[in-house]
Amino acid sequence: MTLINIVEIVVSVLLIALAFLAINSKTLIKSVMFLSSLSMLAVIGFVIMRAPDVAVTEAVIGSGLVTSLFVFTLLAVRKAGKKI
Amino acid sequence: MLQYAAIVLIMLGLYGLLTQRNIIKIIISLNILEIGVNLFIVSVGFVTDGIAPIFTSVNNSSNLLFVDPLPQALVLTAIVIGVGTTALGLALAKNIYQKYGTFDINEMGEE
Amino acid sequence: MKNFLALLLTLFLGYMIMSWLATNEFFPAMGDVDVTTRVSQKYIERDVNGNSEEVVFGEATNLESGPANTVTAIVADYRSFDTLGEVTVLFVSSLGVALLLGGTKQRRLELNFHPNFMLRVGSRALFGIILMTGIYISIHGHLTPGGGFPGGTMIASSMLLLYLADDEFRAKVKGFKILESTTGSAYVIIGLLGLLLGGYFLENLLVNGVLGDLFSAGMIPIIYILIGLKVGSEISGVIDNFLTEEGV
Repeated sequence: MTLINIVEIVVSVLLIALAFLAINSKTLIKSVMFLSSLSMLAVIGFVIMRAPDVAVTEAVIGSGLVTSLFVFTLLAVRKAGKKI
Repeated sequence: MLQYAAIVLIMLGLYGLLTQRNIIKIIISLNILEIGVNLFIVSVGFVTDGIAPIFTSVNNSSNLLFVDPLPQALVLTAIVIGVGTTALGLALAKNIYQKYGTFDINEMGEE
Repeated sequence: MKNFLALLLTLFLGYMIMSWLATNEFFPAMGDVDVTTRVSQKYIERDVNGNSEEVVFGEATNLESGPANTVTAIVADYRSFDTLGEVTVLFVSSLGVALLLGGTKQRRLELNFHPNFMLRVGSRALFGIILMTGIYISIHGHLTPGGGFPGGTMIASSMLLLYLADDEFRAKVKGFKILESTTGSAYVIIGLLGLLLGGYFLENLLVNGVLGDLFSAGMIPIIYILIGLKVGSEISGVIDNFLTEEGV
């Protein structure tokens, strides 16, 4: 049992737990934040599997850009809801 | 171990797609499914003690043990397509909210 | 009841996948893969057209594909046609977002806070650094991890920072559209030039040089810079569409 095995098991368990939380959270913004941390953990998974190209792409897109798009949608909708 | 986690992520994403009634939650489930599939495809090319498929001044020969670069190239393009579909889905969701005033697909078209 | 049925269905699917993986003899366990029996070995040795010599970093010259990063060699050289289609998919999706959210009279979405002077000036200093990093990653795509796609997204992230840190800022969206169309057309024109002068679509016309040099790998750095600019301008346009609303 080397260090990389322990990291792999921890990452796997956290991935499943975060996916469960992202699907079953009560508020939408919490779901979006769990999805963002899920992407960040997937980056560690890609680095363990020796895929640096995919890891860089996923780090920029998955946890940065997609999260901001979700947040902007929720922001615009909350303002529209106030007016109606 | 990571391969089993990827399969469980695919299952969880599918479960979310089938059970959730909120459009944003459905798009989130789709993203989880996508991350699971990407992890699975990369894990297909993983070699124990292999090195990343980049020639550097240290790993300088093609006779060394590299991991499989082809699944990584496919996943690289799949991630970028994923952000396009997510943006399109969110734009549709925003328009649906402006028309019906809700994200819940059960409440749409009732009034 | 519906949830229970969905749970049953997904568990059945998971059982099917696991049992298929466990019994299939063509699917080895994770980590036990033998790359030498796969087609990828040809990509690693640059051996698709027949090259039995060992590839050595810093010495091998004029290989059939020049980048030191094998993933780049596959994305931008062996499967460049695939990448052209993928860039088209991204273009169509950004067109769809502009169709759904755009309009003639647009103004900025109001944020809940008003940024002060320090935040605005500091974010402009950071903007340059992030932009430089994105361009660096695009240019060095054939030598280091990264390439056009993450580089372009980093360029878009620098625009996102400006949008977040200044509540009156709007980029010149028309410039993005022009840049996007120009770079997309340039990619197709490079492919057609290869067809005219070399004989097949997206043929590499320049010399490959020494493996590992910055000026090596022929057309691939040019193609990756074009992809980086295209992806960056497209995603910046999408961000602008999400942060504006119809109004006065």
